Amino acid sequence: MTNDHPPDGAAVVVDGLRVFRGSREVLPGISLSVPAGQVVGLLGPSGGGKTTLLRSIVGVQIIAGGIVTVLGEPAGSPGLRSRVGYVTQDASVYGDLSVRANLTYFTSLVGAPRSDVERTIEAVDLMADADSRVDRLSGGQRSRVSLAAALVGSPELLVLDEPTVGLDPVLRRDLWDMFHRLAAGGTTLLVSSHVMDEATRCDRLLLLREGRLLADETPDGLLALTGAPDAERAFLALIETEAAL
Amino acid sequence: MSPRLTLATARRVLQQVGADHRTLGLLIVVPCVLIGLLAWIYNDTQVFDRIGAPLLGVFPFVVMFLVTSVTTLRERSSGTLERLLATPLGKGDFLAGYALAFGALAVVQALVATGFAIWVCGLDVAGPRWLLVVVAVVDALLGTASGLFVSAFARTEFQAVQFMPAVVLPQFLLCGLLVPRELLPPALELLSDVLPLSYAVDAMRTLTTQPDAAGEVGRDVAIVLGYVVAAIALGSLTLRRRTP
Repeated sequence: MTNDHPPDGAAVVVDGLRVFRGSREVLPGISLSVPAGQVVGLLGPSGGGKTTLLRSIVGVQIIAGGIVTVLGEPAGSPGLRSRVGYVTQDASVYGDLSVRANLTYFTSLVGAPRSDVERTIEAVDLMADADSRVDRLSGGQRSRVSLAAALVGSPELLVLDEPTVGLDPVLRRDLWDMFHRLAAGGTTLLVSSHVMDEATRCDRLLLLREGRLLADETPDGLLALTGAPDAERAFLALIETEAAL
Repeated sequence: MSPRLTLATARRVLQQVGADHRTLGLLIVVPCVLIGLLAWIYNDTQVFDRIGAPLLGVFPFVVMFLVTSVTTLRERSSGTLERLLATPLGKGDFLAGYALAFGALAVVQALVATGFAIWVCGLDVAGPRWLLVVVAVVDALLGTASGLFVSAFARTEFQAVQFMPAVVLPQFLLCGLLVPRELLPPALELLSDVLPLSYAVDAMRTLTTQPDAAGEVGRDVAIVLGYVVAAIALGSLTLRRRTP
């Protein structure tokens, strides 16, 4: 893949991205693209560089080299700040404010209509707790508040770092359904996870291990490629093939 | 910078403080208790008239320094700062929002503490009383601005609290409250000349002793405001959108 001719309809194009954290090279020159309007899963073991890649795409990571283009602009451009929603792994919302007060603040920051507050509270199913202080909620509820704060203003690209960690199966299913509804409406979602069984819920998969891209495939394509019965075993098969080379 | 984003941030900070009734109570009540205590200790002497007003300038500085450094540290360590800087919010909006919110709190604190000192403790003020409130608010802004700057160098809330004696106490010792500044050893007098709290205390002292003090107080207030702007400018350098 060359960056001279980015694939049509790519929301994110990463070309030769290199990132150091401390003296360790976390991403030694990675290239990939994220097609627009799809739910793309970024999978791989912890410590493999998923968060660093997401931070680079959002534009909050100091990078050592390479080009990251998001929605046609360099990552982190001022023009992108209301077009990209970012949810960090830990819920980064104000614990001493209510759910509604948090979302009211984030709504005003991106200049979204006030109705977005109620819309996003409903989207993450927190209507019953809208007036509770965030630090009195459970961990799963807190991460949903954090997700809701990224949904205000309906950004074109949503970058979600492990949004379903610690959630029960029903809620996880509901969130993935919501991700697909958003994608059907034209939003691009890049969702990281270290739970391989979430792979089947994605339109497309990026497998990342030790800073390198092992696969960029559809879930079916990945199974066909490896002949494995599920994503977890497909991932293991890819690692073994690589080790044998 | 955008007034809309600045105001939204100030409102959010005030909501956070408002939700914490104990902090709010401490902000308002503690200065009154300390001033009352001082007036009682120096009952029937001239000492309270001499140091009461300067302390009205020191309390808001100390309190706002503490509150701001801990709040901004929390903002840095909880990940909300990183999130905010990924939105259209500018660094200037962030800093101005904080200054505005704590400035508003300082107005309330200064009104209550000054009123208490004058009407309950019988503090004599030769100059205009409203200027006392103005100086107190500017001192509070100095505390907020210093707190914003210093919070960048603290990793934990413990460290942030330790910065209080490190930053505040030397200024307190050298501001002329214990020994008049012109009687300090020359090196220390020079040092006290570059510390902002000295001017805050000078302004308060002038106000209580001279009926026609507006000009001199205005000069001191302008100097303190200069330090406020410098601390905020330095603080904005410590806010980074991109981090390693």
